Amino acid sequence: MGLFLAQLLTGLANAGALFMVASGLSLIFGVTRIVNFAHGSFYMLGAYVGYTLMQVLPGMVGFWGAILLAGIIVGLIGVIVEICVLRPVYSAPELFQLVATFGVILVIQDLTLMIWGAEDLLGPRAPGLKGVVRILDEPVPQYDLALIAITPFVAFALWYLISKTRVGILVRAATQDREMVGALGVNQSWLFTGVFFLGCALAGLGGAVQLPKGGADLLMDFNILTSVFVVVVIGGMGSLPGAYLAAVIISVLNVFGVSYMPQSTLVLMFVVMVVVLIFRPFGLFGKEEVAGEHGQVGEPERPIKPAGLRVRMLVLAGLVLLGLIPVLGSNFAEVLATDILIFCLFAASLHFMLGQGGLVSFGHAAFFGGGAYVAALLVTYADTPMELAMVLAPLGAGLAAVVIGWVCLRSTGVYFAMLTLAFAQLLWSLVFQWGDITGGDDGLVNIWPSAWASSNTVFFYLALVICVGGILLLRHAAHSPFGYALRAARDSARQAEAMGIHTKRIQWVAFAFAGAMAGIAGGLFVFSKGSVFPNELEIARSFDALIVVFLGGVKTLSGGWVGGASFEAVKDYLTRFEYWRLALGLLIIGVVILAPEGIVGSLRKLGERIGFLNAAEDKR
Amino acid sequence: MSAVLTVEHLSRAFGAIKAVDDVSFSLEQGELLALIGPNGAGKSTCFNMLMGQLKPTGGLVRLNGEKITGLAPRQIWRKGVGRTFQITATYSSMTVVENVQMSLISHHRRIYSMLPYAHRLYRARALALLDTVGMADQADRHCAVLAYGDLKRLELAVALAHEPKLLLMDEPTAGMAPRERIALMQLTADIVRDQGVSCLFTEHDMDVVFAHAHRIMVLNRGQLIANGTVDEIRNNPQVQEVYLGGGMLFNPADGPAGTPERETGHA
Ligand SMILES: Nc1ncnc2c1ncn2[C@@H]1O[C@H](COP(=O)(O)OP(=O)(O)OP(=O)(O)O)[C@@H](O)[C@H]1O
Ligand SMILES: [Mg+2]
Repeated sequence: MGLFLAQLLTGLANAGALFMVASGLSLIFGVTRIVNFAHGSFYMLGAYVGYTLMQVLPGMVGFWGAILLAGIIVGLIGVIVEICVLRPVYSAPELFQLVATFGVILVIQDLTLMIWGAEDLLGPRAPGLKGVVRILDEPVPQYDLALIAITPFVAFALWYLISKTRVGILVRAATQDREMVGALGVNQSWLFTGVFFLGCALAGLGGAVQLPKGGADLLMDFNILTSVFVVVVIGGMGSLPGAYLAAVIISVLNVFGVSYMPQSTLVLMFVVMVVVLIFRPFGLFGKEEVAGEHGQVGEPERPIKPAGLRVRMLVLAGLVLLGLIPVLGSNFAEVLATDILIFCLFAASLHFMLGQGGLVSFGHAAFFGGGAYVAALLVTYADTPMELAMVLAPLGAGLAAVVIGWVCLRSTGVYFAMLTLAFAQLLWSLVFQWGDITGGDDGLVNIWPSAWASSNTVFFYLALVICVGGILLLRHAAHSPFGYALRAARDSARQAEAMGIHTKRIQWVAFAFAGAMAGIAGGLFVFSKGSVFPNELEIARSFDALIVVFLGGVKTLSGGWVGGASFEAVKDYLTRFEYWRLALGLLIIGVVILAPEGIVGSLRKLGERIGFLNAAEDKR
Repeated sequence: MSAVLTVEHLSRAFGAIKAVDDVSFSLEQGELLALIGPNGAGKSTCFNMLMGQLKPTGGLVRLNGEKITGLAPRQIWRKGVGRTFQITATYSSMTVVENVQMSLISHHRRIYSMLPYAHRLYRARALALLDTVGMADQADRHCAVLAYGDLKRLELAVALAHEPKLLLMDEPTAGMAPRERIALMQLTADIVRDQGVSCLFTEHDMDVVFAHAHRIMVLNRGQLIANGTVDEIRNNPQVQEVYLGGGMLFNPADGPAGTPERETGHA
């Protein structure tokens, strides 16, 4: 009984920081509709800034003052980010901003590394709260009790701010109807900045307040990001009470999970999230997202048509050049080109469902890594030959996509995206924690191609044929009735349904198709590397593909592979430098600001201006 | 003559509001039937229930004697019902002719086909349909740049693509210039006459209604208050009161057709 109570209290204490971070994210999303991937980074900054302040400020007042100050400083950093990075891209196409926030993550990671170094910092203990209290014979840290007491005050203050003050009323109005606030004569951009300050300050507070429990390290940003997203989604995007309840549920569950089912800790919160979303597709307290609420900003997407002769010639010439790499280039060039080709197919598969179907998936790595693991497991345990394994990899990934798609497509928009993320994480934790079979963190190794394909050159040509073939297949699918029906479902589900199109089913098929295509890439990947590790299923992998699709251009047909090729090539070059994340992050932010239509979209404009391409027949 | 559409005690409540309250009527083969009523009378709600976008809280809809309540819009469409929306719903990333082709592709059950180029399928037929509504010259334009009136005509072509037996048109002429309205209703009347289609439509422009409708029903606050020929409706004192009381005159210039419109999307 005592142990049970003690664990419950630990869970409640952990919920404090989680709630602060989550409510900040929720607030930002509610008002600006930006999915702030960088929110974990602000949490991390809060911890580091708080740590430094605690070194200088003495005593109890200094400790709490440091936490408060850390929140304010992080809030101000958030304001800088909002003004410099996000303001220029508010008018960019839907969800494009999240790419910018991804750039911010990279930048903050390296800046933190530069300032505070790579070593983990042990958080100082709170003056006056260093001891433990015995409750039913179980020791409970005093600081935990303090946190349990403080969190409701923070929640209450936030609630008061939102529901009782004029600012809060504006914020709430903006959450419900952004246009209306503009009509009320309120300066919308300063409202956004204000909300960003508040949201980031909360994240910073959360980071600082957990210092005595968790310290500060460079992995904090991604580590908390998943839990925070899960909390916000379970609670319902934009709902404060929802965030609080969900933070408590997740934290308590985690504590009990660690003691009673240690194998399941990573999976547990995703299972809860999936169950909640199956019964309440918009979270516990969330409201249905009205389609089109985000507002299609930017130019309307153009009709597609098969490439003209000139472009085909250009592509053919490019392919010939690619085919010459083994003749002209080095062994290194072959390997790099193989990597890039595989990544391009992966990106193109996501681009198909995202661009044509409007299905924004945060967890596409599930199918890339899934395909890779299917092939690796088959080789390891059944001595399957490469050829067969490469066929079964997309089948396995496709099958997974059928199941996962069925669940995820019950929700839409951000909730859909979060569900896909959850499933990718689920698969990742499965692979990670089921070490007996999957090798866990050590991965599966010694998975080499058949003898005939074992030279780098032959494998390069194999990858060239399969990946280019796959990309062309995806492209053709976009021009086929299936691709058109998928686009119809995205453009106007209402009309499509009134035209005999089962929109959910067509999206489901597209999801499975894209999953299978990613599986092909995954299968190739294993044999090119000879091994596979859980990080092929990681969030970072999914985000890579997502970023690439946006950078390449969502509203173009070739955005996926062009983005993939540019990104991989640039990344390969930059990773030779120490602070490559900083450079890559700044580059991403730069592209987002300068070329909001993505690389292909901007090139197309340029091509039209110089007369290489025919301009669209209609200009607005 | 036989009834194509029979509606029995159809009702729909939104919380305390009875948007449609015990409405019964039938639509004969080849008939052009108008459903009129002031803003918020429940016309769109009624259409949404006929086409399956909304589930009724009570009542029955029969198509050629077969019960269709509870079916999804796509199933009702396959049974030969076409509709246009009060607020146009078109595919803005496609060209005008592709919008019509999409409907033809679905009609021929080829939406899962991955082999052919979609823009080559049924193009001739789609162009012929566009020609009927006078849009052939704009066939290859980008749908997103069309004028509102043109979008309305495109929607009609789309709705006609699968040769429906029953056509439901929710304010087909909203947002159009007066001359365009008359032309479009004339066109609809011709289609009804020539192709044996039955048609139910709503319309705020009384001149248009009186000129073309075979029969008129009046809806007010969810209830059907009148159902009769053009002359009966014109002289019905109750109808006059609803319209005059609502500040609405039988005069297109003062009609509320240009007022902001709302439409419930399907679930
Ligand atoms: N989804 C909904 N939720 C709540 N109330 C609704 C909903 N849809 C319609 N209503 C209400 O039902 C009533 C009828 O609306 P409806 O749109 O059917 O009217 P209408 O006759 O089409 O009007 P208009 O001429 O303006 O198009 C209105 O009072 C409206 O506010
Ligand atoms: Mg209406």
